[in-house]
Amino acid sequence: MSDKKAILSPLPGVFYRKPSPEKPDYVQEGDTVKAGDVVGLIEVMKNFYEVKAEEDGVIDQFCVENESIVDVGQEIVSLK
Amino acid sequence: MIKVIKPGLQTTVQDKGRIGLYEIGMPPSGAMDKYSFAAANLLVGNHPNAAVLEITYLGPELLFEKGMRISLTGANMPPKINGEPVPMWETLEVKPGDILSFDFVKSGARVYLAVEGGIDVPVIMNSRSTYTLIGIGGYNGRALAAGDVLHTADMKEKDVPVGSRIDEAYIPVFGKAHEIRVVVGLCSYRLTEESKQTFLQTEWTVTPEANRIGYRHRGERLQFVEREQPFGAGSNPSNVTDLGYPIGSIQVPDGVEPIVLLHDAVTGGGYATIATVISSDLNRMGQIKTNEKVRFAAVSLAEALQARRETEEKLMRIAASL
Repeated sequence: MSDKKAILSPLPGVFYRKPSPEKPDYVQEGDTVKAGDVVGLIEVMKNFYEVKAEEDGVIDQFCVENESIVDVGQEIVSLK
Repeated sequence: MIKVIKPGLQTTVQDKGRIGLYEIGMPPSGAMDKYSFAAANLLVGNHPNAAVLEITYLGPELLFEKGMRISLTGANMPPKINGEPVPMWETLEVKPGDILSFDFVKSGARVYLAVEGGIDVPVIMNSRSTYTLIGIGGYNGRALAAGDVLHTADMKEKDVPVGSRIDEAYIPVFGKAHEIRVVVGLCSYRLTEESKQTFLQTEWTVTPEANRIGYRHRGERLQFVEREQPFGAGSNPSNVTDLGYPIGSIQVPDGVEPIVLLHDAVTGGGYATIATVISSDLNRMGQIKTNEKVRFAAVSLAEALQARRETEEKLMRIAASL
């Protein structure tokens, strides 16, 4: 499996890599994730939406910084 | 019955709103884009105030347990029935067991889903609209959650044949940059002449703090005319003595980040309201997403009323065509 897969943001908003400021990141680059695992949060309209992996894979890299503003359809994480 | 499999981000029951209680401090709520709301009800032959689902940013997944006609209007969020793409702005039919789902939103922010007869929730203060901030109206006063079951009401007035479609000319197109018309006032006298210009010349960016209560915009700092604040007005120059806030009024706390107050907002307070979005452009405002661009264009009250008449005429022509 060499083809890369992407996790896209379904929403516009602020992207967070951790569930709360004092908690560790959900996942790190190199971690193995399963479909349904949470990789981050998007905050918009005072709602927090969990961004989940849709398929199994290994986190290749995060394409956006923690706390940056993302758009609908923007690539957040690439999997390998 | 309609079963909620996945709720989406914020899917609420809305109608025209709780009209007539503004003076006691109760905002109307109701559909943010009333044009798309009205078109959705027309497509299924409903009473104009039948309740629909307002779907924001992310579509739900819904299971229809009985067959009925439905329609989808508003933002371009490609809908699918049992995984097959179906058109928006058209009278559709679902069969028992059909599942409605959506792709990512392509343009606009809010989709309206009307079902034959309307969504049946209790009428509270003349309305079926949800006001999530205090938990009243709609489905238990909140956005839909997985497992909720919706019933349909009996507000159907007319049989609209499946496949009936709204003329392309009446389907709004939503870009990523928006011109929103405003009437300047009520308290624009508090801004410096330079800042009045800045307000109208700046390309504002909608921040993540943009919801049914209000839309916050980032751009330039605005300056207020220096004065000794009157009694009761508070110390910040963006404050005035209390006034009622029209829906669509724009306040600029401390001169930073203008906020357009919308259908779930407080009805009054002590911020200078520097301009008011015209009623027909509130529909468009409800289709703007976080990160998109807004320019405010000043129009006269006569132009605002003319725009309102044109919007009403468009809806009358849609009604006549179905």
